[in-house]
Amino acid sequence: MYDILIIGAGGAGLSAALSAKKEDAKVAVICEGYPTRSQTSMAQGGINASLANVEEDSVELHISDTIKASGEIGSKSMISKMCQDAPAVVKWLESIGMPYSRTDDNKIAQRQLGGASSKRACYAQDFTGLKILHTLYDRCLKEDIEFLNEKFLLNFCVEEGVVKGVSCLDIRTTEVEFIKAKSVIVATGGYAGLYHGFSTNTNQSTGDGIAAAFRAGAKVSNMEFIQFHPTGLKKSGILISESARGAGGYLVNQKGERFTDELAPRDKVSREIYSQLQEGNEVFLDIRHLGEEFIDENIPQERKLAITYEGVDPVSELIPIAPVAHYSMGGISVNGDMMSSIKGLFAIGECSNSGVHGANRLGGNSLLEIVSFGKLAGERAVKFSADCVFKEPSLDQFESDKLFIETLYDMDKKIDFYEKREFLGDMFYKDVGILRCKGELQSALLEIKALQKEFEFMGLGDRSRVYNTNLVEFIKFKNTLELGEIILESALKREESRGAHFRIDFPKIDDSLKKESVSQKVDDYLCVDFKEVLS
Amino acid sequence: MKLKIQRYCRHRKPKNMVLIDYEVPLKDVTLLDSLNFIKTKIDATLTYSSGCKSEVCGSCSVRVNGKEELACGYKPKDGDVIEPLRFMEILKDLVVDYSKAQETLKRVKSWQSGISQKDDMSYEEEKRIELQSDCILCASCFSSCPVFEVDKEFLGPFALTRSYRYVSDVRCNDEKQKIDAVQEKGVWDCTLCGECTLACPQGIDPKNDILMLRSKSVQHGYSDPNFASGGFGLEF
Repeated sequence: MYDILIIGAGGAGLSAALSAKKEDAKVAVICEGYPTRSQTSMAQGGINASLANVEEDSVELHISDTIKASGEIGSKSMISKMCQDAPAVVKWLESIGMPYSRTDDNKIAQRQLGGASSKRACYAQDFTGLKILHTLYDRCLKEDIEFLNEKFLLNFCVEEGVVKGVSCLDIRTTEVEFIKAKSVIVATGGYAGLYHGFSTNTNQSTGDGIAAAFRAGAKVSNMEFIQFHPTGLKKSGILISESARGAGGYLVNQKGERFTDELAPRDKVSREIYSQLQEGNEVFLDIRHLGEEFIDENIPQERKLAITYEGVDPVSELIPIAPVAHYSMGGISVNGDMMSSIKGLFAIGECSNSGVHGANRLGGNSLLEIVSFGKLAGERAVKFSADCVFKEPSLDQFESDKLFIETLYDMDKKIDFYEKREFLGDMFYKDVGILRCKGELQSALLEIKALQKEFEFMGLGDRSRVYNTNLVEFIKFKNTLELGEIILESALKREESRGAHFRIDFPKIDDSLKKESVSQKVDDYLCVDFKEVLS
Repeated sequence: MKLKIQRYCRHRKPKNMVLIDYEVPLKDVTLLDSLNFIKTKIDATLTYSSGCKSEVCGSCSVRVNGKEELACGYKPKDGDVIEPLRFMEILKDLVVDYSKAQETLKRVKSWQSGISQKDDMSYEEEKRIELQSDCILCASCFSSCPVFEVDKEFLGPFALTRSYRYVSDVRCNDEKQKIDAVQEKGVWDCTLCGECTLACPQGIDPKNDILMLRSKSVQHGYSDPNFASGGFGLEF
């Protein structure tokens, strides 16, 4: 049995592991693959902290920018907590080896991202997430953190409102394992991968931790808010960092016209681009005027990606782009200690909703959140475990998950779930995307309920008992069907436009909805309600 | 376009390893797109690893016609032969067990040991470790290294590059211990063939990092054990 079991080995999970281990607790990290393969590696732009290394800045400005971007439904206290912690977070990373890019006067370099009133994002070329992740991982090796690799979360074991451990699938053997723990920290990432084919995320970003927490009875919130990044590569959806626009890149259509403030928050820029595309225009990112030397020094990855995936060299050519699903603001509701509505079950990073992003996340705040709140959750989980009198759980959850896997192996494959996964991605991009309205949301809801019913006819295409990725993808697809329903119910209920959620039938903000949407399973039914935001 | 993919499953009969042809009717796509096409449209049992699809998570490295490539960054051609990485146990098809390779990181102590208070690293000091810290741990270099054919315990290119990255960091406070850790099955066992440098998708040059570690080793009093017997007749 573990004192603290962490699910997910991205930046959030590793930060939590390091702070928990410091307190001498028995810690392990479960990982779907290997630690350095997580989504954190894909974060390019930077990590926000008001260090004022290159221009004037203050914690207050960082707080007010974040609140403004959140569509006023961010939690002021949580935002303040995160922004105040930011300089210490950036310095802590530096103290354990983070190789930030530097200024000429030997300071951490900072750059402009959208929605920020100052050059606030600390970076390492455009490999910021990669280098933070690897720095944390190296540190974890030093601290001898135990990793349980290639295990996929199935469910949390919760009894009498307290978490007792998890059941997971060993991907190598396809056997279900039950791992007991006094506390569990969920750090499994977001659900923007649901927009299959229209997302910067991996196909694996299917909100598995959120779906499992919801099944266990936890509250999840703000699920309708999904951020679309303005500049995905047109063909592949691969991310071109906001730092390209921060450095002075333009957005233009095929006539060469600029049509928006490139540095407005992401929700606004994405809508402007989407409208251009809907009018039949093409949209491009133009960074030619920045020059080859600047591009190679500051955003080398962007150049490489544009060449590989779009066949254009941004030094001399325009980059064709389209907005794609990038980040999910919603997630498991947590309090100031990062604990969910289930005792001992903590959640951090993109799978959580701690209230710092509200209706729209600022670039550079997600890397900050995962480290700041990851460390906090580690500390709080240690305390919870120390105070916890562990009551031995029954094996009900374990037995039911074993049965679930056997059932999947027994089901006939009459419908191909890969086809349905593609269909779901298309439908969500079109009907639950950047511009939404009641009719389309309702029809999408009907579709998703039909898919849930058809699930028992889908079945596996690979019945092997060895390293079965088809099985894992199938369970992930089931998770997206569950989350999709919550997203749609919440999006229908929010009859207003706020942040990333834009209803063309309700284009204005409604002050009476300056609240979080909270979803919970009550007697097997999904209930969505609005609740006041933690001030 | 025809792709030949090596399939392996320990339960597969009659032979557990086979080369299977797949017809992929796509143009100008990545190898990962092609693998995804096969898995979702032709044969759901094909097994491989993937992640970011943008060359930064290090999951999808495979061998194409004997050379290491990231599936997400490589555009396949008709007749390409796809195999898993070498020198790690194959779990299934193109998936290998990375854990042994990753253990080499612990052996070289590739981390910042102390908590550094230094906050004035210069532009040049960062540049010294920038390329090495671009590593995505895809293990392409590991698979390309011929030393493993004769010595499974060799530390290998990425671990040594990472060692050099931390040793060259101005914040490093235990250079001696880190240099000690790369002597056995380490810097002197490399043949300097440069295959790792060719294999790296991030343009890192492990061969050069190993040479740099050798000269640091000499500064710490070590010498090349291959010459230690005094084979040149200079000893009395």
